[in-house]
Amino acid sequence: MTNSWTDIKNTDLVIIMGGNAAEAHPCGFKWVTEAKANRGAKLIVVDPRFTRSASVADLYAPIRQGTDIAFLLGMINYCIQNDKVQWDYVKAFTNASYIVKDGFAYKDGLFTGYDEAKRDYDKSTWDYVIGPDGYAVVDDTLANPRCVWNLLKEHVSVYTPEMVERICGTPKDKFLKVVEMVSECSSPTKVMTSMYALGWTQHSKGSQNIRAMAMLQLILGNIGMRGGGMNALRGHSNIQGLTDVGLMSNLLPGYLTIPNEKEVDFETYMSTRGFKPLRPNQMSYWQNYRKFFVSFQKAMWGTAATPQNDFAYDWLPKLDVSGYDILRALELMGQGKMTGYLCQGFNPLLAAPNRKKVTDSLSKLKFLVTMDPLDTETSRFWENHGEFNDVDSSQIQTEVIQLPATCFAEDEGSLTNSSRWLQWHWPGGTPPGEAKTDNWIMAQIHVRLKELYRKEGGKFPDPIVNLDWAYADPNEPTAEELAKEINGKALTTVYDTADPTKVLAEAGKLLPGFAALRDDGSTTCGCWIYSGCFNEKGNNMARRDTSDPDETGAYSKWTFSWPANRRILYNRASADLNGKPWDPSRKIIEWDGTKWSGYDVPDIVPTAKPGEVGPFIMNPEGVSRLFTRGMMRDGPFPAHYEPFESPLGNLVAPNVRGNPAARVFKGDFEQFAEPASEEFPYAATSYRLTEHFHYWTKHVHTNAVLQPEFFVEISEELAAEKGITKGGWVHVWSKRGSVEAKAVVTKRIKPLICDGKPVHVIGIPLHWGFTGVARKGFGPNSLTPFVGDANIETPEYKAFLVNIEPIAGPVA
Amino acid sequence: MFPPVPNPSTGPQSPKFGEQDLMRRSASNVTPPAERQTEVAKLIDVSKCIGCKACQAACIEWNDTHPEIEENVGVYENPHDLTPDMFTLMRFTEWENPETNNLEWLIRKDGCMHCEDPGCLKACPAPGAIVQYSNGVVDFVHENCIGCGYCIKGCPFNIPRISQVDHTAYKCTLCSDRIAVGQGPACAKACPTQAIVYGTKEEMKKHAEGRITDLKSRGFANAGLYDPPGVGGTHVMYVLHHADKPEIYAGLPNNPTISPIVEAWKGMTKYAGLAVMGVAAVTGFLHYMVNGPNRVSEEDEEAAERLTGDRSS
Amino acid sequence: MSTNTESDVGKGNSVHPGKPVMVDRYTGGARINHWITAGSLVLLALSGLSLFHPRLFFLSALFGGGQLVRAIHPWIGVVLFFSFLGLFLRFWKLNLWKREDGTWLARVRDVLTAHDERLPEVGKYNAGQKLVFWSMSILIIVLITSGVVIWDEYFAAYTTIEQKRWAVLVHSIAAILAISVWITHVYAAIWVKGTIRGMVRGSVTGGWAWRYHRKWLRELVAKPPAKDEKRTAAE
Repeated sequence: MTNSWTDIKNTDLVIIMGGNAAEAHPCGFKWVTEAKANRGAKLIVVDPRFTRSASVADLYAPIRQGTDIAFLLGMINYCIQNDKVQWDYVKAFTNASYIVKDGFAYKDGLFTGYDEAKRDYDKSTWDYVIGPDGYAVVDDTLANPRCVWNLLKEHVSVYTPEMVERICGTPKDKFLKVVEMVSECSSPTKVMTSMYALGWTQHSKGSQNIRAMAMLQLILGNIGMRGGGMNALRGHSNIQGLTDVGLMSNLLPGYLTIPNEKEVDFETYMSTRGFKPLRPNQMSYWQNYRKFFVSFQKAMWGTAATPQNDFAYDWLPKLDVSGYDILRALELMGQGKMTGYLCQGFNPLLAAPNRKKVTDSLSKLKFLVTMDPLDTETSRFWENHGEFNDVDSSQIQTEVIQLPATCFAEDEGSLTNSSRWLQWHWPGGTPPGEAKTDNWIMAQIHVRLKELYRKEGGKFPDPIVNLDWAYADPNEPTAEELAKEINGKALTTVYDTADPTKVLAEAGKLLPGFAALRDDGSTTCGCWIYSGCFNEKGNNMARRDTSDPDETGAYSKWTFSWPANRRILYNRASADLNGKPWDPSRKIIEWDGTKWSGYDVPDIVPTAKPGEVGPFIMNPEGVSRLFTRGMMRDGPFPAHYEPFESPLGNLVAPNVRGNPAARVFKGDFEQFAEPASEEFPYAATSYRLTEHFHYWTKHVHTNAVLQPEFFVEISEELAAEKGITKGGWVHVWSKRGSVEAKAVVTKRIKPLICDGKPVHVIGIPLHWGFTGVARKGFGPNSLTPFVGDANIETPEYKAFLVNIEPIAGPVA
Repeated sequence: MFPPVPNPSTGPQSPKFGEQDLMRRSASNVTPPAERQTEVAKLIDVSKCIGCKACQAACIEWNDTHPEIEENVGVYENPHDLTPDMFTLMRFTEWENPETNNLEWLIRKDGCMHCEDPGCLKACPAPGAIVQYSNGVVDFVHENCIGCGYCIKGCPFNIPRISQVDHTAYKCTLCSDRIAVGQGPACAKACPTQAIVYGTKEEMKKHAEGRITDLKSRGFANAGLYDPPGVGGTHVMYVLHHADKPEIYAGLPNNPTISPIVEAWKGMTKYAGLAVMGVAAVTGFLHYMVNGPNRVSEEDEEAAERLTGDRSS
Repeated sequence: MSTNTESDVGKGNSVHPGKPVMVDRYTGGARINHWITAGSLVLLALSGLSLFHPRLFFLSALFGGGQLVRAIHPWIGVVLFFSFLGLFLRFWKLNLWKREDGTWLARVRDVLTAHDERLPEVGKYNAGQKLVFWSMSILIIVLITSGVVIWDEYFAAYTTIEQKRWAVLVHSIAAILAISVWITHVYAAIWVKGTIRGMVRGSVTGGWAWRYHRKWLRELVAKPPAKDEKRTAAE
């Protein structure tokens, strides 16, 4: 989230699209009901199904899954055509005026530089014209036809309300009602918030779904505002923490990146991470990258990381591909190239697409270690459970080791929620049986491996044997020790660079925050964006002060919000070029002539003059981007692409199938149904239900009572057509697999009319498997295609094709 | 935000109400307390409810019940009905508003309404199995319950359920054990959107007014409070967007009253019946007193002997 | 009378001349059947009444408390039903309405004042007894039917609550009537001396039969004695 859960109470309009907050985030949804009840805020829900969120919405509009970009660009087009733009904001705080290189173009669904064989782009033209002064060329009048604004205007012009209706199946009048309400928020005193979740990310163009809404929010001037922002509702209590501390194959903590194999030494690595400002006076905060990186290396290898060995740069792994995401990992297991798997707190047998492929891949492993509080399906993938897991155990040689772990309620530590709040928690129960904390398990693996390396040597023992492991009990580092390590400490006394007499941190003390980080090896920090979470003031994550002056929703003394306890990102953008709030009733910070101050920690140097320093300090431009240059694989603007499996061809680019830049492994294309397939005529989507949490709560009696059995949801029309009865059994199959389920026949799903033909939607919730106390069932991943988002490889769970037939009952 | 009920102190405390506050006790006469406690109420704002079933989960956990894991029968209601182990249930109705042609998914939390004039209590034959406190809570006292199911017949809302395990009746207690020590009902505590709030009945009515104004501003001209006068008002009330037709909310009764059949049974029949039986007995007694026994005389015996003699000869 | 059959006079009924004359009125089976019926009816009345009016709830103590009353009452009802069914099959023919019954009933004042000599001769049962028989028959059918409807332990699912409400009302009214009929029946037996003996020992005196059921006595006397007539308990 750019903002926070508590800030949603400040909004005038909530748009839930690409998510179902009431269903999947009922506790956070309270802030929507607060905004509605106290501010008279309105709620719009755009979804293929009439969801629980829709049940309390002021306006619901249906949309075909996988067509959000057409809808969103349709809204941007409407705002541009109808002058519903927060002009002062757009001109000052976005790159609308930046001139784009002449070579850049978009034609027939493709941007310049496409290489069909590689399914990738040469992105060299996707950039600004750089002037002789080294800065990007801008045209503040927006008259230049090559400025971002005019390119955008041209790019979105095809997405008329009529085209939106044809693609999305959203009736034109509903679309217009939505966009009329949304466009009202171009007023500086009306603010909309976007709440989205996996409904946008789990597409082959998930990142661009979110970009499209971010662009709309920028055009409406809603980023940085109280009650505004782009608010990603994270699906786990700590999934924000997962990305923050870099549990991705291509990331280091704090969104630093793992080197690739071409970056053979530290200086080469740093050469592309200089982040020179693209406009005068801009902060371009990533210029501090070296400080973050070196401090991280010091946290990893302590005294073994020295200036002489480039702070142990060579001990980091180097990527030979863009990343080893779960899809690639499973692909490599299937190829027999990845033979061991430590599976910690993850259940890929149900969570990764194309279950048959997952089973085949796991079956080729030499060993699989699962660490989980629950008896997951993955740890039992080899066990025959009749039709629910129809494997031949005798043919599977994988050695499976189950390590029972504690769950969050049994251990101490912090969880980072969607609001970016690091919330400390204490154990509420004693672990059952032999369950051990993940800290203990990981420490044991490390300590024992280290011992083996010491004794037996090995090809490359250095990163392991030199790893700094200075914990009181090496066998089980405490959460507090780890938190302090993440926060960072001064190895030698750190002085203020502006005032060398001022001490920021004495040697050996915890750092006050990331501003004290140094690139000379004098500081350590496990995750720079978390710095400040546990400093000499104590464990700030454990704070439970609910005071909130003037009820702004900031709650700045409640736990710790990264970065630097900032509650609203880009909050500098809530004030105009003179530093005055766009909406005085929504003041966050204000320029008093000499400095910024207010309710929140300013997201800018407190003395940075308004009008000089842009509010988007992480960007070298100092402004936000309507055009992302070469930062995304599939284009600097979002464009409508159909899902890889779609009941319709691409109406704006008939020759393009799926997202042209999305990675597809050999053999997987053949497993996609053709567009408008007769064999698989129905558009399926998967989702969660409020009664359950992923695949966990089917192990809990109460949750199993509340939603006992796997089902699929279909419209009354489709039910009548196929002779399916309410509560009857159905067989649902895709080109990759099949499931059997009960049918919930509902008015909440209606056939959509897309380009003149009806599209039936089939909803497939995902909470059932073959372990636990709920009734045995299937997950939608038995059906879904093995393809992910072009940028981050999140699998395309939300849009695929299936067929459906009524059956008498499950085949035994 | 409606101020949530504060957490209680962890020290021991005496209950806020008890035997001395009984207004009614089934099959018994009690003298109601001279001063009535402030009436409490739970307000369920259907327009804020997202149907998440947290209330059901909280109810199961607080009351430590163990409902069965049923199967899916094509609906979202699980369990499929109130049971002796499930005192509250989200009921889902897909309603197409004929005025707007828009679908409305009406989600109502069903459970005991804690009537001011409780039909269950009226019907109950077991002394002290059902009690009503002066704060409005209607509670079942299981050690006095005989499991006859009369409460089911008395209830205008079809709420009580008889356990086949211990053969006593169960329903929502308004968490009488929690509110007695200053906590709100478990469901209200768990409700993420404050669709369930708890306080004094006056506070609840006032809070409802604000909600109704908001709903009216959103085009729900018939929004209103459901506090049916036919049962003397209730201590669980609903805010409905369509208060003019409560029946669309999974059959919430429009103007519920205690059934006249039950009134007849528990009213006239009870007294008339005793009278009829009494009269029969007394009549017999008086008749005997007046007439004395009806005896066979010697002549009768002789006549019989003559008759049989005729035959045997 | 040549048309005499057993069912006109009652199975096993016969006359034993002597001093006094003894007349077998009820066989052992009939008496057992009657007393099972009587016992269950009393138990039903007591348990039912305990749930009928709060003032009578104390009666539930006789059964070990309300829970047991709730559990046992319907089962006793089942016993009563089948037991009464036995009586019904035994006696329904003897209780068919005859011409003299109207006359008897019209002279109810003479009945109540014990002027039996002014009444027409009646068979095994007089009109009053027949009324008891038929009203009990009807009431017991009503009671068992309505009782099953409100027997929630096994039959809750088969009827609506509204139907159950009617059933419980009908059940209680029928029960009141049945108890009233029973009071009348018992009173009559107490009032008319020599009656109880008939149901206890199976036989009545000839005089009793002469006085109250003369037609029955005449028919018995006219009946040719059965060859292997069983000796009754009365002997």
